[in-house]
Amino acid sequence: MKYATEFRDPKAARAVLARIAALADRIGATRENPVHIMEICGGHTHAIFRYGLDKLVHEGVEFIHGPGCPVCVLPMARVDECVEIAERSEVIFTTFGDAMRVPGTRKSLMQAKADGADIRMVYSPLDALELARRDPGREVVFFGLGFETTTPSTALAIQQAAREGLTNFSVFCNHITVPEPIKALLDDPHMVLDGFIGPGHVSMVIGTHPYDFIAQDYGKPIVVAGFEPLDLLQSVLMVLTQIAEGRAEVENQYARVVPEHGNPVSIAAMADVYERRPSFEWRGLGEIDASGLRIRPAYAAYDAEEKFGVGYAAGPRQVPEPEGCACGQVMTGRIKPTACPQFGKGCTPEMPLGALMVSSEGACAAYWQYGGARATEAAE
Amino acid sequence: MCLGIPGQIVAITDEARMMALAEVSGVRREVNVACILDRPIADLVGEWALIHVGFAMARIDADEAAKTLQALHDLGEAQEALEAMEEGAKALEVGQ
Repeated sequence: MKYATEFRDPKAARAVLARIAALADRIGATRENPVHIMEICGGHTHAIFRYGLDKLVHEGVEFIHGPGCPVCVLPMARVDECVEIAERSEVIFTTFGDAMRVPGTRKSLMQAKADGADIRMVYSPLDALELARRDPGREVVFFGLGFETTTPSTALAIQQAAREGLTNFSVFCNHITVPEPIKALLDDPHMVLDGFIGPGHVSMVIGTHPYDFIAQDYGKPIVVAGFEPLDLLQSVLMVLTQIAEGRAEVENQYARVVPEHGNPVSIAAMADVYERRPSFEWRGLGEIDASGLRIRPAYAAYDAEEKFGVGYAAGPRQVPEPEGCACGQVMTGRIKPTACPQFGKGCTPEMPLGALMVSSEGACAAYWQYGGARATEAAE
Repeated sequence: MCLGIPGQIVAITDEARMMALAEVSGVRREVNVACILDRPIADLVGEWALIHVGFAMARIDADEAAKTLQALHDLGEAQEALEAMEEGAKALEVGQ
């Protein structure tokens, strides 16, 4: 147990691991016939690899890495649209740094910047707002990217822009939601999932009730988890306990941060500013009903889709994935990253071909960074 | 960008816009506190919060803040957030 030194409380970790092992044995989980637990959040994927939890747990527990990395599920067509807006001479395009290296059909935002587009990495939509105040002669566009962790911040920024009457600020809204792709995965006849580890910080915003359908309609357990290694192990134990006892419930391991009903100010801001799109495209998963948000007509003045006629409002555009890229199959848990023919060859974190290699929260990048010997072994 | 980082509110900078100064691992940055404003804004000074892309999203206690920060450092996420804050400050230089 060489990783045990990294746990603040190795004794507690060992105790939880022993209980996981006992339960896994009791429900008959083996290496050949494992229990499949999906961690939805990319931050959890990263933590599982960082602490080697997938190797520490009983061999009958297999982690399936979910779609909860917004950069990883960003289709190339959306990147193309970002570049199209960013290349307009009047535009200052602002984005979280995470999106800069995601490949587009023609180029990434990083390449567009190198080619002369005024693209600026920001930490917050508030930075974009401030830029618009300081430079009224330019159109400042913020790339609204991410799940319910970043979605309220964009909504609050739009509300603030409206209060101030700013006319040169808009959002290219590509925000997506967590529960809908989970439903899509559960409806997929090829997917064999036995339980879920729910996202921590998304749940801090939306609460735990949006997951009720997972337990009630699909009979699968879900446990909302924190980000410390012990949080994740305890959550695995809670999922296994539900399975062993024949229960399917939404449980909250991270109650110290996640309120049952979420954050009311965030929820109100999101309801005020956004409405659901009928469907939205996810990289690797295709179109998913009601999984994307757009800006309501009341805030059309702050909607870059309306302002520039680019994006889903102009009619969805789909472009095929690069040849040999198996991000889609990896994302749905059909294959491991190492089974992709491009893994570590045509696709590395330095020169990513697929989005799962771009972000530290992507399964491929995590395999590459932490997989080491195991990744090589599996590839052979 | 998806994980919140703990910061301590050290001052209120703009009550009307619900803005405060937060200190995150020694770096100070203005954040919006609308989402944790269930008390007079001045009472937030000294409180810890999880900060997501410039917005304080949940109040946490000092012990939880320390543990979360350690986990984020282990993952390299804390450094990423601090670098992003630096980038954000740079982006504001007009005509860069």
